[in-house]
Amino acid sequence: MAELSFREAIAAAIAQEMARDPMVYFIGEDVGAAGGVFKATVGLFERFGPDRVRDTPISEQAIIGAAMGAAMTGLRPVAEIMFSDFLATCWDMIANQVAKTRYMTDGQVSLPLVIRTANGGGTRFGAQHSQSLENWGMAVPGLKVVAPSNPADAKGLLAAAIRDPDPVLFFEQKSLYGAKGEVPDGEHVEPLGTAKVLREGKHCTIVALAAMVPKAMQAADRLEEMDIDATVVDVRCLVPLDTATILGEVRKTGRLFTVEENPRLCGWGAEIASIVADECFDDLDGPIVRITTPHVPLPAADVLEDAAMPSTERIVETVKGSMR
Amino acid sequence: MSTRVDKAAPAGADIDLPTRLRLYQLMVELRDFEQRAYELFLENLVRGTSHLALGQEAISAGYATAMRPDDYTFCTYRGHGHTLARGASMAAAMAELLGRGNGMLHGKGGSMHLTDVKHGAMGSYAIVGAHLPIAAGAAWSAQVRKSGQVAVCFFGDGTTNIGAFHEALNLAVVWKLPVVFVCENNQYMEYTPIRSVTAVEHPAADRAAAYGLASILIDGNDADVVYEMARQTIGKARAGDGPSLVEALTYRHGGHSRGDPAKYRPEAEVREWLERDPVKRYRERLLRLGVAEAEVNEIETRAQQKIDAATDDARNGSPAPVEEIERQVWSDGGAAWRN
Repeated sequence: MAELSFREAIAAAIAQEMARDPMVYFIGEDVGAAGGVFKATVGLFERFGPDRVRDTPISEQAIIGAAMGAAMTGLRPVAEIMFSDFLATCWDMIANQVAKTRYMTDGQVSLPLVIRTANGGGTRFGAQHSQSLENWGMAVPGLKVVAPSNPADAKGLLAAAIRDPDPVLFFEQKSLYGAKGEVPDGEHVEPLGTAKVLREGKHCTIVALAAMVPKAMQAADRLEEMDIDATVVDVRCLVPLDTATILGEVRKTGRLFTVEENPRLCGWGAEIASIVADECFDDLDGPIVRITTPHVPLPAADVLEDAAMPSTERIVETVKGSMR
Repeated sequence: MSTRVDKAAPAGADIDLPTRLRLYQLMVELRDFEQRAYELFLENLVRGTSHLALGQEAISAGYATAMRPDDYTFCTYRGHGHTLARGASMAAAMAELLGRGNGMLHGKGGSMHLTDVKHGAMGSYAIVGAHLPIAAGAAWSAQVRKSGQVAVCFFGDGTTNIGAFHEALNLAVVWKLPVVFVCENNQYMEYTPIRSVTAVEHPAADRAAAYGLASILIDGNDADVVYEMARQTIGKARAGDGPSLVEALTYRHGGHSRGDPAKYRPEAEVREWLERDPVKRYRERLLRLGVAEAEVNEIETRAQQKIDAATDDARNGSPAPVEEIERQVWSDGGAAWRN
């Protein structure tokens, strides 16, 4: 085990896969000599050279289109979209082309490509550089959606995403880039579509994703002091969704809370709430409660942003209030 | 064969006779396929929409004839001709238009998405401009795999006003990609004359300079001219000398899509372009070059027989089975999003 930051784990995953498979190529804006604006790809250019680590113009449609055309014809590209907010500038490529072409051609083409993107708030960047957009991907059939919460998963899940034969949207929470954690030595691959139970409790299940996972864990510690014993599940992957693990944990505790960084409407937690209500209604001892950012664009000022995004305190207060 | 090649032919004087006959055969087949598709639409057998390329056959035939079997074609929703020109099955294409289980895409794509990867037809794309960056990506892949393949990307005049066109052109030049962009300027972006919504007279050729490319404007209704330009531009790409942008002037004989009678086009303009019908012109040229009329007729008869057989196959196909709905979202063949 070695302690790596989240950003180092990202670079380590890409390096691991580029060394293993000569068909893996990496493209994006400022990803070469600059090492990425979030420094999540430092060293790749020096190690693999300008052919396999290519800088692109500010042309998000060309980045995703090029990755798609290459994936259709034998490469296994990793494309970076600098901020997830910029997915809007190439959403046709992702939602109409990448996601649908395998289906529309009845499987004549495979699209083994990964779109990595820096996602989420907490950085005071304002509403156009702070969104948590996992739900956009989840709403489109044909895209896998991954959002890790810690360095070990960042490496293992990104490696799995690169090896996956289908397109994967890989969300890297900006607020986690500096987080450190133990990462297994040697080759590390975590299967997609598996949620992880991080803590088991008797009274309620808190399901969280990405940067909300450490907040949920802190909240669980605080709740324990109040004699509320919470299970915490890290969803890790929205598509495919490990509903078996989530349903299993909800059945044990009888209560479900979701913690989502996204604005309120159509968040992934709503889908999980719907599945739980459909499939284990009789096991529930109380309402399903979603904890989200309010349905507003994320404001820039620190006090406003912090108050808008779900915090440890808000999770504690919401769970405590609802469990009473 | 006793046919004499007329050295005074204005275009493509060095094109050999088998190639000329191939060009004519392809154009006739594409013409007949589109006409049959229209007839089946009138019978209410072709549902949804379809965008016919009647009148634009010389471009499909000219380029496809100059391509290597493993080269890539990317085209638009007006893509029946480009797909068939690469050798895709006419019966499978017709069945796809009819929503049959024996369709090329088992009914999951339809008229606007004909694809036959085995023949290098890498897809028909229905969002204007999207396939230009994708074609650039296939060319990038060919470049790094050192496969010698070339991607040829066909699109309409309206595409030149969308961002993806410019992003793709710039990237293709910066990366020196083996891709040929062919603008089929049929004068209308859907229902509106392209000139009335475009800053320059020639929507592609006049923009080439912005990407350091030669301005190329050709008669897209002359299969010999197209074939010659295809050889040049594909050859340039294959040699590692980068992309080209070609504007081929042509004309839709019909409307934008099946529901469009194209009443917005001046009668004189339509008459003038019908005079330049690429199939009719090429037939006259073959006869002028000394090809026996019986041989030309034979090509036409065989094409009709092929279309008839394809139509029978399509009509006799069963409706696409409902099991197709949840097939091929993912590489495992299924559609599961949860466990």
